[in-house]
Amino acid sequence: MTDAALPKAGPTPADLRAAVAARLKARRAREARFRWYGRLAIIAALSFLAVLLGRIVTQGYTTFLDYRISVPVYVDPARVDPADPMGANYDLLVADAVLARLGEQDDARGTLSGKAMQLLSTDLGFQLLDKVRADPGVVGQTVTVEGSVRADAGLYYKGAVDAELAQEDRKLDDQQIAWLDRLQDQGLVSSGFNTGFLTRSDSTEPEQAGVLGAVVGSAMMLLVTALLSVPIGVLAAVYLEEFSPKNRWTSVIEVNINNLAAVPSIVYGLLGLAVFINWLAVPRSSPLVGGLVLALMSLPTVIIATRSALKAVPPSIREAALGVGASKTQTVFHHVLPLAMPGVMTGSILSLAHALGETAPLLMVGMVSFVPGVPAGFTDAATVLPVQVFIWENASERAFHERTAAAIIVLLVFMIVMNLVAIVLRRRFERRW
Amino acid sequence: MLSKPDEPQAANAGPVHIELRPQAQHAVDAPAKLRARDVSVFYGDKQALFDVSLDVPERAVTALIGPSGCGKSTFLRCINRMNDTIPTAKVSGRIELDGEDVNDRSIDPVLLRARVGMVFQKPNPFPKSIFENVAYGPRIHGIATGKRELEHVVETSLKRAGLWNEVADRLHQPGTSLSGGQQQRLVIARAIAVNPEVILMDEPCSALDPIATARVEELIDELREEYCIVIVTHSMAQAARVSQKTAFFHLGKLIEAGNTDEIFTNPRDSRTQDYITGRFG
Repeated sequence: MTDAALPKAGPTPADLRAAVAARLKARRAREARFRWYGRLAIIAALSFLAVLLGRIVTQGYTTFLDYRISVPVYVDPARVDPADPMGANYDLLVADAVLARLGEQDDARGTLSGKAMQLLSTDLGFQLLDKVRADPGVVGQTVTVEGSVRADAGLYYKGAVDAELAQEDRKLDDQQIAWLDRLQDQGLVSSGFNTGFLTRSDSTEPEQAGVLGAVVGSAMMLLVTALLSVPIGVLAAVYLEEFSPKNRWTSVIEVNINNLAAVPSIVYGLLGLAVFINWLAVPRSSPLVGGLVLALMSLPTVIIATRSALKAVPPSIREAALGVGASKTQTVFHHVLPLAMPGVMTGSILSLAHALGETAPLLMVGMVSFVPGVPAGFTDAATVLPVQVFIWENASERAFHERTAAAIIVLLVFMIVMNLVAIVLRRRFERRW
Repeated sequence: MLSKPDEPQAANAGPVHIELRPQAQHAVDAPAKLRARDVSVFYGDKQALFDVSLDVPERAVTALIGPSGCGKSTFLRCINRMNDTIPTAKVSGRIELDGEDVNDRSIDPVLLRARVGMVFQKPNPFPKSIFENVAYGPRIHGIATGKRELEHVVETSLKRAGLWNEVADRLHQPGTSLSGGQQQRLVIARAIAVNPEVILMDEPCSALDPIATARVEELIDELREEYCIVIVTHSMAQAARVSQKTAFFHLGKLIEAGNTDEIFTNPRDSRTQDYITGRFG
């Protein structure tokens, strides 16, 4: 190395420091911009969520407000025969009682009582029938029946009926609206929390419709899904991850499981229809067949979640167990699986929460039928919450629209509860290593 | 005594001054507990051990030394068949424990590992309570059943490992809440709870501070009166302190094996000499 051949001196340390400092401003600006992109993304996501939830809640919260009417009815012996309670027209009796309270006189054709009946739920008539059947002695006395007003009357009270429109364009004419106002002024009509929505099942009459049948159906179906998909999925994943030899067959199986997780759910519905209903004669529209179909659908997700939880357990734990003389099975079930539990539980509960919201496959196995009661067993006809939402959305009555949104609220609450359970269980089972 | 202050020391030099304990000569002459003959290990196509033959005496500590990657841990893991857990590993040759080949089909690795315990480099207690850590082995092997017997086994093992006084009042706290040195002693207690005949230790002190290291070395010294101990160590000072027999490995071959004092004062092979004086490794 001779001095003469040295090239011109490169940048001095001072030059380099100045260059770094100059670039620093640009780097900081880029970082700040990136942080803002992140914030904007979160704000956008939260806005969408707020709009979605806001719309649902504003549409549905009125369902939980119920307008009830309390009517004293004189059980006229001329119209009700104690020996044959079913022969009387109780709806008419109640309507006449209301007209009497309003001070209206009916004409020979009974048009006014017909109009009054449109304001009252048929539930009131049924209550009267039950009272007469229970105690024929009430004939000749005055009994009080209490129940909801009819769907359109309820909508009027909630302010959803536009009085400005021409009479033909609305469900309630001026006279009915006037009656409703007077009934409210007289104090016969009161409002309260609509517990009926949560304690009754589906009905053709909107004011009598509730989600209980759907909630029970969902719960039963979820139970079947959980009992099938979680044990089978976890054990399959344990076998594939810990015990099976790693050869071409297991790779094929792994690829297929990953693909099955991406199959559209309606295909599982078709499978359920063909295999479970047609071939195995499982009762149609039952929580059993719904649970079977959704168990098949959740199985790949549970397997994948369990496998990655098992892979995350450090090999030092396995070596420690083997070193003490534990067999492979003991190592897996006494040491590895307990440590993988948080991941397994999270995966299982999330896949169950996903199954809770599935609609398409259940439509294929017939759970779209109208089911007016609560299913008593796993083979009875049932419906589930998302399908209930679907049915009500397609109904023509306006009052069902608010109920659709309310059912969605119930469904969302159900899912939030399940996610909270997932979080609690996960923290409880978490162990440090 | 090896003492070469004028020798240029490499950065990871061996000891300048090694203190050798007066070793019981008869320990090394005792009948061999383990006999390895022509043991070769392949990981796939790569050969990691080349025809290693070694006798390991009973009631003594045998140290395996050598530079990184020379196959000491691989050899150690052959003894209790931990290499079975590696799918690509193939072991050939004979390793006899009391005359029986450990790789024979009739030997159940689960029972073998109850006779040959292992302590790993990084302490790995189970994420369970201290009591459970020690009680697990005896319970699954049926050595102790019922609460009383298990409590007795746990207490005995923890006392032998020198940990009892420190943890007696918190047996139900997790094993992972102990310090590194305590965890390693817990792991040793766990290993001796199943009444092994041989204890294998794979660099047990490399993750510990000097004081914890000294405690564990003391423990090893106490344990050698009952067990056959094989220890892999990077530290030649440690090998000189605790072992009675030393085997030097290099690039998958066993270069030299013999009494610790002879290896460190008068090695026969020049490679051994170079390693001990710190020329490489």
